[in-house]
Amino acid sequence: MMVNNSFRTCPDTGLKFFSSAENLIKANAVAGVVFLLIGGMFGLLVGLTRWQAVHLLGAEDFYMVLTAHGLNVLIFWMIFFEIAILYFCSSVLLGCRLATPRWAWVGFGLMVIGAVMNNVIVLQGNSSVMMTSYVPLEAHPLFYLSLILFAVGALIGSFVFFGTLVVAKAEKTYEGSVPLVTFGAITAAIIAVFTIVSGAIVLIPTLLWSVGLVGEIDVLAYRMIWWAFGHSSQQINVAAHVSVWYAIIAILFGAKPLSEKVSRTAFLMYILFLQLASVHHLLVDPGLSSNFKMFNTSYAMYLAVMASMVHGLTVPGSMEAAQRARGHNAGLFTWLRKAPWGNPAFSGMFISLVGFGFLGGITGVVMGAEQINILIHNTLYVPGHFHATVVLGSTLAFMALAYWLVPVLFRRELIWKGLAKWQPYVFGLGMTGVSLFLMGAGTLGVPRRHWDIGFAGTGGITHEFPAAAYTMLALNGMSVILAVAGGAAFCLIMVGTILFGKKLGNDEPMAEPCIVAPVTDEEYAANGGSAFAIPGTIVLALVFFVSFALYYFINWKYLAETWGIG
Amino acid sequence: MSSLSPPAKKIWWNEPIHKSELLWISLVFVWGMVMTFMMPYWHVVGKQNLGTETYKTTPKAFQATTQEFVDKYTVRTEGPRNYPVVAPPAGGDVYLIARLWEWWPIVELKKGETYRFHLSSLDWQHGFSLQPANINIQVVPNYEHVFTLTPNASGEYSIICNEYCGIGHHLMIGKLLVVD
Ligand code: HEM
Ligand SMILES: [Cu+2]
Ligand SMILES: [Cu+2]
Repeated sequence: MMVNNSFRTCPDTGLKFFSSAENLIKANAVAGVVFLLIGGMFGLLVGLTRWQAVHLLGAEDFYMVLTAHGLNVLIFWMIFFEIAILYFCSSVLLGCRLATPRWAWVGFGLMVIGAVMNNVIVLQGNSSVMMTSYVPLEAHPLFYLSLILFAVGALIGSFVFFGTLVVAKAEKTYEGSVPLVTFGAITAAIIAVFTIVSGAIVLIPTLLWSVGLVGEIDVLAYRMIWWAFGHSSQQINVAAHVSVWYAIIAILFGAKPLSEKVSRTAFLMYILFLQLASVHHLLVDPGLSSNFKMFNTSYAMYLAVMASMVHGLTVPGSMEAAQRARGHNAGLFTWLRKAPWGNPAFSGMFISLVGFGFLGGITGVVMGAEQINILIHNTLYVPGHFHATVVLGSTLAFMALAYWLVPVLFRRELIWKGLAKWQPYVFGLGMTGVSLFLMGAGTLGVPRRHWDIGFAGTGGITHEFPAAAYTMLALNGMSVILAVAGGAAFCLIMVGTILFGKKLGNDEPMAEPCIVAPVTDEEYAANGGSAFAIPGTIVLALVFFVSFALYYFINWKYLAETWGIG
Repeated sequence: MSSLSPPAKKIWWNEPIHKSELLWISLVFVWGMVMTFMMPYWHVVGKQNLGTETYKTTPKAFQATTQEFVDKYTVRTEGPRNYPVVAPPAGGDVYLIARLWEWWPIVELKKGETYRFHLSSLDWQHGFSLQPANINIQVVPNYEHVFTLTPNASGEYSIICNEYCGIGHHLMIGKLLVVD
């Protein structure tokens, strides 16, 4: 078999791009953006329907579009882009050819077929089962098949990534240990394999059941395995976006981690503790004992949480150390003030970091406490929480990376720089609103995935939600518009850059430099090595900690006010 | 060398950890201990700990038991659908059916008394969401979930379905009454 081993050395970054990997990174990233655009538009329709005064779609369309929204953004957008990240972190960062590019294309093809087929089936209307597809609610058999095809494709992608690591090691394309960013990607890929296997365990019997080959599926077992898949897939996103954070501060500031040991151990902890934590989705299910629920969500989960909190310190901390080493050493926050706030790669990354930690992280841990979960299970609080993690956190981090990666890959100047400068702020603000107002409505008891909290059509049995709940849904609707404007701007800038960005000659560098020279040991060592003291980050971390603790105990107080439950 | 390249020192795992990191790791570790402690602690001192007693059942069996319960304790019918209002003795058992797309029957409880609830679905998964008390419990078919509730205020409460259960999901609302 002929293997195409041609590569170019990027004049902007000095990185080696093998054409096999480059084309696959392009294809996966572009496919991701397309599904983000589609899924985002569905999100708009959903948000405008839940705004009770607008109530855009009819009930049937609403549930159909909500199903399509969840799948397009959570599964298709995220995983396509993650495969692009895996190929980047292996082939490009290790300077190695991609192992078995043909298999990688087979994987890509299966993912495209799965994603397109899934949209076709869902939009035909009789598979409105939501992305969780809880049995015994039944979708068209092709619905399950399409997801299985997509998963197999993603699994092939993960194996191509591992294969590339093996090739790089064998061909000695790098020395010593893999870079931290690649290490993070490895944890994401290992988790992905676990995830996809649990996905297969749950979806294959469901497919057989939907065509009548399997009699009955135990509902509680389904929920447990489904969440082993659903929860760990979220941990892929976290591991991937944390790697992206490290990548961006390395690109923009030349930063290295405060210490390799701490950052790498934190990544490892994701692998070790994530499966147990998936039980936090089952805290108000029958059939599981309290001891089981507590064990799995206590230290078993908090060690994974701890890993994220460690990254939450070391990512801004590494940036602070690099900035201080480069002379922004005055006061507590000069390093932060002097950051390139007009560069969407930076602003996107930083908003992602803050949003993920303060909004997504804190709320996730709080509602993962066995008893507090009673207050919020299946209310709008849950989508509020995960729009902070997977949208404000992962999606915005991926967008930030794309602002850097797409021009470098396609060798075109970014277009509409003025719009690009604003995009992370518009999207970030909109999504912060979505997440806060959904959580606000959820705190007032408003159910998720619900077409009409006014209960017209029930023949007179109604419930009066407080006026504040309607206000929350209206404010959410407005935030949705802002977020979708920001999301669409991103998609347009990307597609526009690929099609119309100023094409650069072979050795012609970009107008602005693309990668900052790594901070040297001498620079770090100046001023007696004080760069590593990171007082500014410590202050931010303590603010985070206090908010976390306050919010945590406030929720126990809320819980104490409701009925006795035993 | 930045995070994009292999660590400059090959033996990176022997490098000392920075003070700032150690401080934070210790703080975070202790905080995890506090949160771990809170859940069992609440089982001891708190009044909100959802019971996990569960039995295998079938839609038919559960419907029959609920029917018996309704026949025995119905005090009147009420509301647009003329549902039975069932007032079990204080401290007694309560059976509640979730099915497409209703909660059946209407139960009338006494404030401050503790009742044993038996909850199951006759078809798909549903979500028991008692408003405005904001108590949310997953309801699944073939399993009977038993737990206790002790109302702390009188009034008319709604039971809303908050697990998507098909096209009539938003129509699935029931009532629960608490009297002094
Ligand atoms: C771009 C703008 C977006 C808007 C305006 C938006 C808005 C919404 C709204 C209003 C809901 C409905 C909540 C409910 O009624 O239960 C929802 C659900 C959801 N969203 Fe988004 N969203 C956006 C982007 C994303 C992204 C990027 C992701 C994932 C990466 C995502 C993942 C989800 C998921 C998984 C659900 C739950 C679907 C379900 O309940 O099955 N959203 N979104
Ligand atoms: Cu229901
Ligand atoms: Cu429902």
